[in-house]
Amino acid sequence: MENHQTSLPMKIVVAVLFLFLLAPVLLVFPISFSGEQILSFPPESWSFRWYAALANNSQMMSAFTTSLGLALVVTVLSLAIGIPAAYAIVRLKVAGSQIWYNLFTAPLLLPTIVLGLAILIIFASTGLLGTFTGLVIGHLVVTLPYALRVLAVSLGNLELACEEAASSLGAKPLTVVRRVTLPMMAPGIVATAVLAFLVSFDEVVITMFLAGPRLTTLPVALFHHVESQADPLVASVSVLLVLLTLAIVLVVDRTLGLTRTFVK
Amino acid sequence: MTAGTATFLEPAKRRGTGNVAVALLLPIALVNAVGFIWPILNLAGLSIREALPGGGIGENFTAANWSGLLGDGFYIDLIVNSLVVSLTITLLTLLVSYPIALYLHRATGAWKSFLTVLVISPLLTSAVVRTYGWIALLSDTGPVVKAMTALGIPAPRLMFNTTGVVIGLTEILMPYMILALMAGFGRLDPRVEEAASTLGARPFAVFRRVVLPLTAPGIALGCLLCFVLAVSSFITPKLMGGGRVFLLATEIYDQAIVTLNWPLAATLSVLVLVIFGAALVLYSRAMRLLEQG
Repeated sequence: MENHQTSLPMKIVVAVLFLFLLAPVLLVFPISFSGEQILSFPPESWSFRWYAALANNSQMMSAFTTSLGLALVVTVLSLAIGIPAAYAIVRLKVAGSQIWYNLFTAPLLLPTIVLGLAILIIFASTGLLGTFTGLVIGHLVVTLPYALRVLAVSLGNLELACEEAASSLGAKPLTVVRRVTLPMMAPGIVATAVLAFLVSFDEVVITMFLAGPRLTTLPVALFHHVESQADPLVASVSVLLVLLTLAIVLVVDRTLGLTRTFVK
Repeated sequence: MTAGTATFLEPAKRRGTGNVAVALLLPIALVNAVGFIWPILNLAGLSIREALPGGGIGENFTAANWSGLLGDGFYIDLIVNSLVVSLTITLLTLLVSYPIALYLHRATGAWKSFLTVLVISPLLTSAVVRTYGWIALLSDTGPVVKAMTALGIPAPRLMFNTTGVVIGLTEILMPYMILALMAGFGRLDPRVEEAASTLGARPFAVFRRVVLPLTAPGIALGCLLCFVLAVSSFITPKLMGGGRVFLLATEIYDQAIVTLNWPLAATLSVLVLVIFGAALVLYSRAMRLLEQG
């Protein structure tokens, strides 16, 4: 390895490309402390006014509450629906498990713009449009495939020996699941919960089709704000969002190891 | 995808106690049916229904949506424009991602993990936030235009046109391309490159004759992924195009939400899926050619 050093020009190119990749996220931090009325960089004065403006923006705050509640409900439901499904497909080996698995993960293959439109048209006639229930179903369509994937891999990697030992010692099937399988799946369950939460909290396109004037999520509110005016308000929200994501990722990293969770 | 699933489906255990399994699968099947199968079938059906004025949908089956779409100069331009813009973005993304992926492939230890986290971290940031960052960078009051003006270079318009959309989407798709490239770089062994240069090949020849062919599968996978994501991207073109860049995804949204012509929006959606299918066919052709050498 020693004699295969990356040359200096190549290193500079890589550094510049990394800067390009990270520039938009990094730029948001200084802009959030801008004292200007409009979006500009570098700002001529600095202040906390846009954080204060955010705290006083009832629309953004209620969108944030909706997003948080929605993401929590979707996370709990993703686990409640995903764990039994993964168990049936991986452990019980239902007839045609590969087909079921492919069908249940298929929504990931479709663009969200097509899925969003398709769900909008159905929900419009069933009265689910602009309702919390409608948003939950819409989000589950995209979080469940991720949940099933991660849970199925985590379940498939478990040694059968422990479960077999428990049942040969007389434990009933449900007891085996509750006392042996689920505890052993804990890392997979945590990873699924984090993934479902982040996917739901960040979802924009499908939500944009399904949200109503009175019920909207934070990313959709941000989208409409950016669309209509250019001020540093979005920067202060973005900073808080990035910090929230960072906190979640750090917690996961400490408990499970980030690379093990997100990069296989 | 199928390669990954085979591993955990293999250790076949006891045959399913039928009723229990059905009960366990029922909730996910319900969500899948209500939120995926029914809507998608309905959407496909809508593309052959007539649109009535005022947002209504006719009872009769018709090919009018399709013939209207393919006979209208505006839509032909829209489709061609979408394809050209997506291909441009794909190629640019490949160009700016390849050096990073190659560098990451050769890096080791904690440095590699750190850089990998840096590559993944934008994926965990909302597309709206990243697009907003690009608007701040490229707008007339942003650092790029200011710096160019200070240097006396007449700054071109970077926002609310195709240029802005291309720059923004290229950056937004970079993590996907880098991860796909790295996944396909498995066969690239530094010792092979060393052997080539020891035998007298110049750096560029090593790259063209050794590195490039060995990394071709990763390139094909990354390009497929980015093209498909670019064709269906909506947030960035909508925000950075400023209503002046017309692409398939933004037109689907406008037809569905603004014009309320659902049959036309459905037809455009099916067209996007057809483009996806075509891209997949091209990809598998390319992979077969690569395997044959």
